[in-house]
Amino acid sequence: MNEDEYRFTLDRREFLKLVGSGIVVFFTTGDPFALPQRRGRGYPEDFNAYLRIGEDGRVTCFTGKIEMGQGIHTSLAQMLAEELDVPLDSVDMVMGDTDLCMYDSGTFGSRSTKYFGPPLRQAAAEARAILIQLASEQLRVDQRNLVAKEGVIFHQQNPQKKISYAQLAQGQKIERHLEEKPLIKPYQKHTISGRPTDRMDARQKVTGEAKFAGDIRLPGMLHAKILRPPAHGATIKGVDVSAAKEIEGVKIIQDEDLIAVLHKHPDMAEKALELIKAQFEPSGSKLDNQNIFRHLKDSAPEGDVVTEKGNLEDGKRLSAKTFEKTYYNHYVAHAPSEPHTALANIEENKATVWASTQSPFRAQAEVAQVLGFPQEKVRVITLFVGCGFGGKNQGYQIVEAARLAKLTGKPVQVAWSRKEEFFYDSFRPAAVIDIKSGLDGSNKIVFWEYHNYFAGDRSSQPFYDIPHLKVLSMGGWGGRSGGRSVHPFGTGAWRGPGSNTNVFAMESQVDVMAEAAAMDPLEFRLHNLKDERMKRVLIAAAKKFGKSFSRTPSGKGYGLTCTDYLGTYLATIAEVDVNKNNGKVQVKRVVCAQDTGEVINPEGVRMQIEGCITMGLGYSFTEEIRFSNGRILDENFDTYEIPRFSWTPQIETVLVDNPEMPPQGCGEPAITSMGAVIANAVYDAVGKRMFTLPITPDQILKALS
Amino acid sequence: MGITMEKNFRFKLNGKTINVISSPDRMLLWVLRSDLELTGTKYSCGEGFCGACTVLVDNEPVLSCQFPLKEVEGKEVMTIEGLGKNGKLHPLQDAFMQHNALQCGYCTPGMLLGAYAMLLKNPEPSTKDIVETMEGNLCRCGSYTRIIQAIQTAARMMRGERP
Repeated sequence: MNEDEYRFTLDRREFLKLVGSGIVVFFTTGDPFALPQRRGRGYPEDFNAYLRIGEDGRVTCFTGKIEMGQGIHTSLAQMLAEELDVPLDSVDMVMGDTDLCMYDSGTFGSRSTKYFGPPLRQAAAEARAILIQLASEQLRVDQRNLVAKEGVIFHQQNPQKKISYAQLAQGQKIERHLEEKPLIKPYQKHTISGRPTDRMDARQKVTGEAKFAGDIRLPGMLHAKILRPPAHGATIKGVDVSAAKEIEGVKIIQDEDLIAVLHKHPDMAEKALELIKAQFEPSGSKLDNQNIFRHLKDSAPEGDVVTEKGNLEDGKRLSAKTFEKTYYNHYVAHAPSEPHTALANIEENKATVWASTQSPFRAQAEVAQVLGFPQEKVRVITLFVGCGFGGKNQGYQIVEAARLAKLTGKPVQVAWSRKEEFFYDSFRPAAVIDIKSGLDGSNKIVFWEYHNYFAGDRSSQPFYDIPHLKVLSMGGWGGRSGGRSVHPFGTGAWRGPGSNTNVFAMESQVDVMAEAAAMDPLEFRLHNLKDERMKRVLIAAAKKFGKSFSRTPSGKGYGLTCTDYLGTYLATIAEVDVNKNNGKVQVKRVVCAQDTGEVINPEGVRMQIEGCITMGLGYSFTEEIRFSNGRILDENFDTYEIPRFSWTPQIETVLVDNPEMPPQGCGEPAITSMGAVIANAVYDAVGKRMFTLPITPDQILKALS
Repeated sequence: MGITMEKNFRFKLNGKTINVISSPDRMLLWVLRSDLELTGTKYSCGEGFCGACTVLVDNEPVLSCQFPLKEVEGKEVMTIEGLGKNGKLHPLQDAFMQHNALQCGYCTPGMLLGAYAMLLKNPEPSTKDIVETMEGNLCRCGSYTRIIQAIQTAARMMRGERP
């Protein structure tokens, strides 16, 4: 069907009616990715978020962004409260509800604070200006003599003369559209933004009251379990559901490709599913972990030039020493704590879907399409999301729940099991990086040729001062960039997409050259950097680390990296112990210095850095999806090991002060250095370089023998 | 067909005696979440590898996704909904908030109950004790260091010391 048939013109007046009374300011996010890509999608295009000061004085921010642990629920509220001069606890965030919030393409790429924060501030400043104007009229005081503080406006000289935001909002229905960019407070005047602030969602989360998509209970709801193929590419030949039918209360749906059992209890649905007998034609895939890298190189599309400077032949000629290495990483799963879940309910031709998703509006469009409903007849509600990391940008469970709700006429929950989660994940792609590089007689990097197969190009642009370089990207992490047909299963963005692989390759290669230059890793990097901001984070990290580097391998087990992740600069240092008998590595300490521009919530930034470091140990040491002939061999956390308490090193974070720079992202940067910093530290410890992620004990023992 | 006859089970849940009529082999996790609509206890791996579904049975931590209903007969079950008393948070909950020892919050109920069970037996745990006892509880967001600090703070609060 033509997509045009699903278009509708959202009646703007209807929408404004929903918003309710009070003082409302509409505004537009600064993120070009967040807006509808085509006109006529049916959303107002002149704004995509708004805030409201209600008659009770409470301030609500409505945004299509979602909270999955990264903490924007708190940091965005801080930005709003600061600019509006209200107490932080008077702010409510309404997130990811497609009826109440405006279109947003999704929450990913460390973009929320960076792009949504600044216009939110301006909208708050506009609201404050409206309130001051209203107060001036009501108090009969010149605006210049009025001051706002904690939701109250008062006369500067006569503080008894005052009026609250709640009083001012009474009986009002003021709508303003943010057209001009009002002045916002300089950071020096901030008292809420920039201060370490505890998570505003913590109380709900420690009491068990926080609701995730799977926690909604509706009368008459059914839990669905769906028949899955044993392998990617396997097709169904025959199915016998007769035994499953015997279970009391079970309902069976067979609709084209969808075979599902439903029951009022999820475990009973699962039991019934186990009784279905199905035969499958095996997958034609012959790929596995061993032959995948060869396959990727053979199937690579023609490369795109990511960046180019000087000329490679000149670079080679200038090189006194050249280095040629290949780096690999395996497929990695998102493994979110909360598996993909959705509950769909259809009443009077309107579908309501509670979904664990990073992209509620994408989900809305997909549900509308599969049900044949206009988009305004689909409401997607996003509650708290239990991890995303890019894995919940898509979710077939949402469409499955919607189809089953339509077929059964009941509310239906589809909650993936851990096995389904590992099967249908959009994995971080396996990738190969070939690097040729060269040093001149003064140990400057003068030549850099970088061929990237399927990692994606993010963080592949060298930030070192290199006169002759070329970076090619052959296939990326997602569908658009040509990876889909090549990988044996779905791939997609994984926290810091592309960058984890690129930083691993690039910063390993830099260490190789540092050793050849007879310089220590810090000295060599500073020698080859012109970027003062990068030097500053390196020095900040080294100062915090407090121990001196030596030319590798020193036996000390110190590793160093630096990187630029979409404008956030960071340097990471790790100290490791390698057990040469069993190949096991214990990370003792990790220091990370990060310059993320203006910091909104220092506590939140530290939490993200710590989380990135901890999670990053997984892809550094153990995380690798094993597969064969379309089957995913890792189905749970017994064989797919993720970081645990005992892995956790001492973690120290340094927030490099840079408040003049607008806030940058912080949910992903620190994870992107982890593979590299571990590889470099292991090399420093044992004198053997690991070229493949994850760095398993087997790889280490093999290198040592 | 693989499902045994339903029976009545009587046990204490968060201090109140209740009756559940169901099949004895059903796992406690689903009885809690589906039959009793107590959704604070989370499903994450379903096979006992992650600790997200941890609840207490007679003050012992159990993985409710692996714990059959018949085993709770006559016993006392405590879930996250029963950790605070009379609207007041338990010191562990306070300490988790104070240390921001959570991000997405999905593993948090299991973490809190695992920690509570540990502190009942060992009111003064060392970092090593905490790591060893909590090793089976996974946090994908990577809040482990803060959780360790929060447990130590809570332990001090519970011993009547200054946090």
